[in-house]
Amino acid sequence: MSGFDQALLDEADETVRVRLIVNGRKVACEVAPRETLVDCLRNQLELTGTHAGCEMGACGACLVQLDGRAVHSCLMFAVQADGAEINTIEGLTESGVMADLQAEFHRRNALQCGFCTPGMLINAQELLSQLAQPSREQIRDALSGNYCRCTGYEAIVDAIDAVAKARSGGGGAT
Amino acid sequence: MSAPLTSLDRPNSYIGRSVPRPNAKRLLAGRGRYISDLKLPRMLHAAFLRSPHAHARIVVIKTGEARALEGVHLVATGADLAEICTPWVGTLDHFKGMTSSPQLPLPLDRVVWAGQAVVAVVAESRAIAEDALELIEVDYEDLPLVVDIDAARQAGGPVINPGTANNVCFRSQLDSGAVDDAFANAAHVVEEELSFGRHTAVTLEPRAIVADYDPSAGMLTVHHATQTPYQFQDLYSRHYGIPEARVRVIATDIGGSFGMKLHVYHEDMAVVGLSILLGRPVKYVADRIESFVSDIHARDHRVRARMALDAKGEILAMDVVDLTAIGAFSTYPRTSVVEGNQVIRLIGGPYRFKNYRATLEVLFQNKVQTSQYRAVGHPIACAVTERLVDMAASKVGLDPFAIRALNVIADDAYPQTSPTGYRFEALSHQVCLKRLHQMMNYDALRAEQADLRKRGVYRGIGIATFIEITNPSPAFYGVGGARISSQDGAILSLTPSGEVRCMISVTEQGQGTEAIISQIVADQLGVAQEHVKVVTGDTEVTPHGGATWACRGAGIGGETALQATRALKRNILEIAALILQEQPSALDIIDGQVVDATTRNQRLPISEIARIAYFRSDTLPPGTQAQLTVSHHFAPQGYPFAFTNGIQGCVLEVDVETGFIKLLMHYVVEDCGRIINPMLVDEQLRGGVVQGLGAALFEECRYGDTGQLMNGSLADYLVPMSVEMPDIEIAHVETPTADTALGAKGVGEAGTAAASACVLNAVNDALAPFGATINSIPITPTIVLKALKRF
Repeated sequence: MSGFDQALLDEADETVRVRLIVNGRKVACEVAPRETLVDCLRNQLELTGTHAGCEMGACGACLVQLDGRAVHSCLMFAVQADGAEINTIEGLTESGVMADLQAEFHRRNALQCGFCTPGMLINAQELLSQLAQPSREQIRDALSGNYCRCTGYEAIVDAIDAVAKARSGGGGAT
Repeated sequence: MSAPLTSLDRPNSYIGRSVPRPNAKRLLAGRGRYISDLKLPRMLHAAFLRSPHAHARIVVIKTGEARALEGVHLVATGADLAEICTPWVGTLDHFKGMTSSPQLPLPLDRVVWAGQAVVAVVAESRAIAEDALELIEVDYEDLPLVVDIDAARQAGGPVINPGTANNVCFRSQLDSGAVDDAFANAAHVVEEELSFGRHTAVTLEPRAIVADYDPSAGMLTVHHATQTPYQFQDLYSRHYGIPEARVRVIATDIGGSFGMKLHVYHEDMAVVGLSILLGRPVKYVADRIESFVSDIHARDHRVRARMALDAKGEILAMDVVDLTAIGAFSTYPRTSVVEGNQVIRLIGGPYRFKNYRATLEVLFQNKVQTSQYRAVGHPIACAVTERLVDMAASKVGLDPFAIRALNVIADDAYPQTSPTGYRFEALSHQVCLKRLHQMMNYDALRAEQADLRKRGVYRGIGIATFIEITNPSPAFYGVGGARISSQDGAILSLTPSGEVRCMISVTEQGQGTEAIISQIVADQLGVAQEHVKVVTGDTEVTPHGGATWACRGAGIGGETALQATRALKRNILEIAALILQEQPSALDIIDGQVVDATTRNQRLPISEIARIAYFRSDTLPPGTQAQLTVSHHFAPQGYPFAFTNGIQGCVLEVDVETGFIKLLMHYVVEDCGRIINPMLVDEQLRGGVVQGLGAALFEECRYGDTGQLMNGSLADYLVPMSVEMPDIEIAHVETPTADTALGAKGVGEAGTAAASACVLNAVNDALAPFGATINSIPITPTIVLKALKRF
């Protein structure tokens, strides 16, 4: 045998039962302690809308809503999310809460390959929930944890800006 | 409300209209189908043990413990895969004298860069495969290293490829003659040595592949995140000895590509072999760190260039030496020489001068391969040319706009041939220059700059003129013996319900291929765009073609769609004419209805023609065989490339205390010929500009003395993020190519081509009061402070 610790491998085999509310439904998963939340969402729950881009919290492709706030699902172990309420792009699309953002992104082509887009949308939703009428600089600043290689960002900023104005102008959004 | 009617006001006119992409809604809903999302029954996962050494002999590989780990199905070394895969060599015939060593999926006895895959493990999960990697022991024996360009050229230094005399992959020279005379008689000469760091594509979705070999059918299906499925169908067929028709490559949604995903990667080739060995689907998705050490890098040039001018500031001659270091191998099948070759041929491209001499030397080193990445060679050629033009302007005492106005090829002087042999059909430098001057409000910017300087604020204004190679003909790769298509194909059908399905060989990576193809088909046939379904990216379904590279999607793919649609329309009208007892020429199609061509009175919906042709052919005249599916291929002819042109400008501010650069505004004037979808063109330009700005200020693959990549993660390698990027204003000039009916040229690389040159010129402009100059990219704060002698 090499000096490799067999106990580590045995531990890797162990699973823990984690219970979550994902997109409004109760689910239970058997996860290894080392498994991240993004892996659990993608592989076990087959919610592939959440993407893994850098697996270190730098690119924002893996953002999901956890108990109402945007979090990096790659920086969290699945076991840490036990008991949490999680919304992914699939659930947020179904509920329609960000339909206006999605429509504006579509209208302005604020996406190309689309890989960063679910994370972008979740961040945009988070921003607008904190700040009803952000300036363009504030939007650019808020997006600075979301990497997009395709668009050059401007259309994304434009789309979020337009939705912020529409939501504020409509008077109903918070 | 009373604006005059334009061609866009006629029914079903989609060419020239900003319509959203039909497939973008899926991506916005999280319903993308990327290869990294794919899960197949009985699928296994591969992981690779990578070399920690940049150059070493493999003494022994011990895999016993890894093989014994529960959940591991296969541990394969180079020898295992060499039994079923033939080696490949990254050379092209038309690059005379070019060399590169044969490559295999995994090395047999030697590693040549740090991060090279050495052993593959296939297991029930990626995690188990990675556990197994930790149980593998490889003994290495260090070999002498070659890390930088100078070391690669050193006589008597280490040689990377055994049996060769030196580290030269390729040498080339261009000489149009009389260069020495021109320099001897010049009133002014400017000279500079510029260096360009290595950077890489950093697609947000890393490389991903699922290979699925079915031994019972002898059929290989590869789901591959690539731009060029047909190229890989050919390669997998030939290197694994499977008949081409039994290899299917499917490229669904791709999370960014930019040229990076059209090269052969060792891991991808290995995964195909692993699936063949196991008879099961095998998946491999690179993680981010693997991407940094194994995706192709790009650029890495050192260019010494000089320019001779007469007393008025007219360019007389250029003399250039480009050294470029490409890693340990030349990539396959496109080679790593194309970039350097384009650099020396594109330099000076926008300008009217006759005497040009260039030397290219392409060198091996112990790093991962460099190869084609967005705007191959263009940013280097543009930065070298435009920096020298600015230096010349300063020496002659001309404004940067004035010297360019004096020297660009006149808009009425086409066709032209450059001293490097490129043929230009029609470009629009003069009108683009004027448009940019106006857009930037240049005189006001200069006045503001002068005012701010008095207050210790150092702004720089930079401009850069460029040309871009698009619509490549077979003269690009085909002549070199590569099985890379320059033609595209489309299969277009009228469905029984009267809708249209277009299966086309150009592929979609988010740039909007499916949108523009549906626009062209709807426009040319006379139907609503939502009734056109475009299918891309499946070699079993779509006809063979070059797919998407070198800006050929709109120009070649679009023309293919246009010609196919006109053929289908002829066929539909022939049947309609039989049914209506009319001449086909008296009929047309508008909004899915056959109409009288002159009165536009509706006669019959095309769905009725389809119904009759498919289900009641007995009612058609004897001998009628309705052809409501047409197959059509188109290969570019005429000019070898449809060159485009444009000019960019930027305004930035340099903090001379910290060396930080703040981009304030960026401008683009671009001429890509016929514009099919203005919104998509603008977004291509903006995305391209930002890739150029990243290269200009942030992105660099930094290596240590031992050949280790020092910044291989997204925390260490800086990419442009929204907060650092400026707004980008865009204007268009349209000079359609007469080589096609559509008239479209490419636009995908134009943004990247000139953005870093603009920044280089602008930073030098900002630093002019200090007599400081910058001659390298990326321009980091350290570089700025060093130039200012403050670091």
